[in-house]
Amino acid sequence: MAWFKRSNSSITPSASKREVPDGSWVKCESCGEMMHLKQLQAACYTCIHCDASFRINSREYFSFLLDQGSFSEHDRKMRSTDPLKFTDTKRYADRIKATIDKTEMYDAVRTGMGKIDGRQVSVAMMDFGFIGGSMGSVVGEKISRAIDRAIKNRCALIIISMSGGARMMEGAFSLMQMAKTSARLSQLHAAGLPYISLMLDPTTGGVTASFAMLGDFNIAEPKALIGFAGPRVIKQTIGRDLPEGFQRAEFLLEKGFLDLIVPRKEMHKTISKILRMLDE
Amino acid sequence: MAKTVLDFERPIVELEKKIDEMKTVMQDLEISDEIDALEAKIEELRRSVYSNLTRWQKVQLARHPDRPYTLDYLGKVFTDFTELHGDRHFGDDKAIVGGFAQLEGRTVMVIGHQKGRDTKSNLYRNFGMANPEGYRKALRMMKLAAKFGKPVITLIDTPGAYPGLEAEERGQAEAIARNLFEMAQLPVPIVVVIIGEGASGGALGIGVGDRILMLENTWYSVIAPESCSSILWRSWEFKEQAAEALRLTAPDLLEQGIIDRIVPEPMGGAHRNPSEAAMLLKTVLVEEITQLSKMKPEPLVKQRIRKFSAMGKVSE
Ligand SMILES: [Zn+2]
Repeated sequence: MAWFKRSNSSITPSASKREVPDGSWVKCESCGEMMHLKQLQAACYTCIHCDASFRINSREYFSFLLDQGSFSEHDRKMRSTDPLKFTDTKRYADRIKATIDKTEMYDAVRTGMGKIDGRQVSVAMMDFGFIGGSMGSVVGEKISRAIDRAIKNRCALIIISMSGGARMMEGAFSLMQMAKTSARLSQLHAAGLPYISLMLDPTTGGVTASFAMLGDFNIAEPKALIGFAGPRVIKQTIGRDLPEGFQRAEFLLEKGFLDLIVPRKEMHKTISKILRMLDE
Repeated sequence: MAKTVLDFERPIVELEKKIDEMKTVMQDLEISDEIDALEAKIEELRRSVYSNLTRWQKVQLARHPDRPYTLDYLGKVFTDFTELHGDRHFGDDKAIVGGFAQLEGRTVMVIGHQKGRDTKSNLYRNFGMANPEGYRKALRMMKLAAKFGKPVITLIDTPGAYPGLEAEERGQAEAIARNLFEMAQLPVPIVVVIIGEGASGGALGIGVGDRILMLENTWYSVIAPESCSSILWRSWEFKEQAAEALRLTAPDLLEQGIIDRIVPEPMGGAHRNPSEAAMLLKTVLVEEITQLSKMKPEPLVKQRIRKFSAMGKVSE
């Protein structure tokens, strides 16, 4: 399922379902214009009228980032065991099952090996559609294994983040995934291998405060919301409205936490160039 | 006597008060048998109250305003504490304190969150909620310890990293992430102790180590029960249920394999007898530091990374 990013929202970007009236025509909710699905795909899932980036899943992202047919998925069926037997208004076990049925994903990240202009990469991308792209034991373990595969194959690691943060329903286990993934990244660093962290809208909480901020290259898409605390919490804390553009990619670049802001249509080219330059 | 009394502490405190009153008139009257009986009753009451605390009640104990904080332990467990300040980039965060100190004749680096006890000191300490410069100060001190081959002890007690505007501007997420990354590779022993509240990334930001310990009446989780309630139940009213669901007490985390050991507290909690609490902690710290100091840096780091790698439960 594809998700659309409301680019004109000032504080909380809320995803709304893309309208597909007859299956092949899509409406951009940013400018209201229609386009054919093929046109949208050809534009890397950005609006052909206003350039707004649609919120897309890992399959869609890999379709323009990786060489065609190069992706081989690992650990696809790894799933949560509900280690705390967690229940809020719903049982976590039921929530997982319903989400698996809906998304055809087993948890919130897809990992594997792929190629970018012939260069091998270990890649991971979070899926916001799976419980807000939240990180529990499965996300932590799959990311850790993706790091290990980069070390084993002596290739670059690319992690594409899109997440509300650590998953509450796995309590302290989720918190520890921050330490686990960061510790494994320190091993990748020691091995002298590159790590490109790509942050999409939104990347917040424990994901930002662990692997997402640790890239050798921190890259974001334009206007992506990136932060530690969510805008609502900050607003509550300080008791006033947040300035325009706060926690957006452009703001983070200005404050020194991003290397590059790259429009989606340029992403493949930019990452390919970085990998090539590190190789030559 | 405790200044703040929690609901479930009240019957005990009232009995204690009664004994005190009786003792003041004891010279004149033959009531020592009565006092003995009352004291036995208190003992029994204490045992039943404190062995049956709910998770939410433990959260309340962890937040008790009379509980010893980092600087209290620095005064009671360690000697010669020399506080160091500043992150060398932006400022000196008062929500995290640290410096070299001695633990039974051995020099160690102690770093911990610091809360205040009244409005004024809480504002000064920002309620124990660190800004990015706090985490960067902590990292600077850890690297200083590593340079001189001294073990690091961190004491965690925070309701969370500060969720403020400037904290975001200065990279709260990056500061915490960097600490996780660097602490994983620090070539000296690190012992982490949760002494009060261990809330989320704000706690973990100084929480990567070789041994993770929790005091008996503390909590450690991905989110505070109130915030969890407000997000998952869409109301602040379900904090008790959230605390139960999160399974955030010391015995819970020991069972989950996330912590290594529970440090006992005096009956009724550390705030009932801070000196005894400090002595109990000291005994454990000396043991742990002595053990870890025997290890060479390389296997130590390898073991630390393996330890965190094993955390989490998945099915394939
Ligand atoms: Zn548009």
